Amino acid sequence: MNAVVEREKGLIELEERIAALKAHAAQQPVDLTAEIAALESKYAQIQREIFGSMTPWQRVNMARHPKRPLGSDYIAALDQFDELHGDRHFRDDHAIVGGFAKLRGRRVVAIAQDKGRDTKEKVLRNFGMPSPEGYRKVLRLVRLADHLNLPVVTFVDTSGADPGIGSEERAQGEAIAQSLYELAAVGVPIVATIIGEGGSGGALALALADRVLMLEHAVYSVASPEGAAAILWGDAGRAEEAASRLKLTSGDLLQFGIVDQVIAEPLGGAHRDPAGVIGAVLSAVDDALTTLTAVPPDQLRDRRYAKFRRIGSAVP
Amino acid sequence: MPMPEWLRLRRAEPVPADQAAQWTKCPKCGSMIYRPDLAANAWVCSTCGHHFRMHAFDRISMLVDADFVEIGGELLPSDPLGWTDKVPYPQKLARDREKSKLTEGVVCGFASIGGQPVALGVMDFNFRGGTMGTVVGERITQLFERARERHLPCVVFTASGGARMEEGMLALMQMAKTTLAVRRFRDEGGYYISVLTDPTTGGVSASFAFQADVIMAEARAAIGFAGRRVIEQTIRQKLPDNFQTAEFLLEKGALDMVVERSALKPALIRLLDYGVGGQRPSNGRLAASSVAPTESGEVAVPSESQGSRT
Repeated sequence: MNAVVEREKGLIELEERIAALKAHAAQQPVDLTAEIAALESKYAQIQREIFGSMTPWQRVNMARHPKRPLGSDYIAALDQFDELHGDRHFRDDHAIVGGFAKLRGRRVVAIAQDKGRDTKEKVLRNFGMPSPEGYRKVLRLVRLADHLNLPVVTFVDTSGADPGIGSEERAQGEAIAQSLYELAAVGVPIVATIIGEGGSGGALALALADRVLMLEHAVYSVASPEGAAAILWGDAGRAEEAASRLKLTSGDLLQFGIVDQVIAEPLGGAHRDPAGVIGAVLSAVDDALTTLTAVPPDQLRDRRYAKFRRIGSAVP
Repeated sequence: MPMPEWLRLRRAEPVPADQAAQWTKCPKCGSMIYRPDLAANAWVCSTCGHHFRMHAFDRISMLVDADFVEIGGELLPSDPLGWTDKVPYPQKLARDREKSKLTEGVVCGFASIGGQPVALGVMDFNFRGGTMGTVVGERITQLFERARERHLPCVVFTASGGARMEEGMLALMQMAKTTLAVRRFRDEGGYYISVLTDPTTGGVSASFAFQADVIMAEARAAIGFAGRRVIEQTIRQKLPDNFQTAEFLLEKGALDMVVERSALKPALIRLLDYGVGGQRPSNGRLAASSVAPTESGEVAVPSESQGSRT
């Protein structure tokens, strides 16, 4: 069970009681103002206790919250979207959704990872774990964007690349390597936003970008906490401990210069105000694009090179 | 070009004097092998043909003519996350340094192979499982940048468990950094050959290992993205023995060729030769005559000795 879901249960009950009281007060000639105020103050207090300072593991759970806005929700909020399917070789991978779009009136190529909301959709989308053909779709769309001089906008949310037999047979490593290789050289701006889970190379394959944005409670890590725990202690059950060491929060990554901008979430997380959060993300992407589209392609490539060149470099 | 001390020693005395350390057991067929014989046979079991994982120094010694100038050797790992799991990360590094006699998981430099000057990178599984942290990423990046400046072809031997956990996201970002360096190198006409050795997995397989012009692999090397155990746990069944081997991936079309170690050097020399007339002003043989010395004044030139020990 998701730890954040557990913790917010009491809050949601309280919320319902307040709403019921308010409804009651509106219909009956009784003064419930004091009761409502007391409940609301208790509510605010609990909310601050739960969400005021979250541990890395709570962030991981927030990033995986079942109601958190997904990639498709961001795509749906664009002014216009024309999906382009498939890798032209093998299959259309539904873990990745991409196509032409308009963002605040600007023509772009938008690409999102999507985990799926209900069980049926989760299976269809392989829980947001892309297969090689998903990354080959990214590669194809990025080339198309470059060809038509359209900026690339990506929304990252995956626990990692698919670890199945078929994915290995079709060379998952090669597929990610080539996606990165393409992003490295296109002359159009790339803006990536980590909206939920940024799981390892499977996330980075969409995030070698000119600007990397991150939602406040999203996480981005070298391996999933479970994967890291399995590697370090041979015990995936120690994921919480691993999460506390991996420096995977937006604040950590901003400090390391791996993320350029953190977008705030409402108290309680993005799912408490999906439309507001999605709007804030799209505005931030739009702002970044306004700056980046003014940069000539060669300079854009040079700056992209320099941006990643300094990470972990002896010469800062 | 002077031969580095360790390379001279490796060639003169490839096996420690300590008697007890002179015998080793083949993990594949179980036969006991006298280490000088193993070294003389390029670390291949003479009974079953098993390819032992090679120390980077042995690999370099086996490949290069007489010259090797290391670059990036002065870059040493720090502890950017203040990491501790079973033991603090700096302790693990110290232990691996002691055990492997290496300063990090890759050795990079300039050398010539069969008379052809190259930029050469050799990863070593003995140091933190060949994982890529900031220093491995930085050394590989510098290798490609300097190969680009000098118009040299680049050869990289990979052996890696993937990105290094103990350096977190800074390690993951090395995939992006090395990719950018490889891309720039190749876009300007650089010729890159990768040789995937046992094991090449995770973040290294998903970056520079699979971004070469020609991708070779050593026979029977394990190559894949996800770890074998992870896949078995996910699908809840045992995987076939040949899964994620070089031969398996050759069959699936992911590799250009799979070679036995004994045939590796001649194959590499032939492949390097095809790059000579490429887009670059020079790629290989012509380098010494047409390329100005760099600021440090060194130019990798073909050495007089064309012979090798293998």
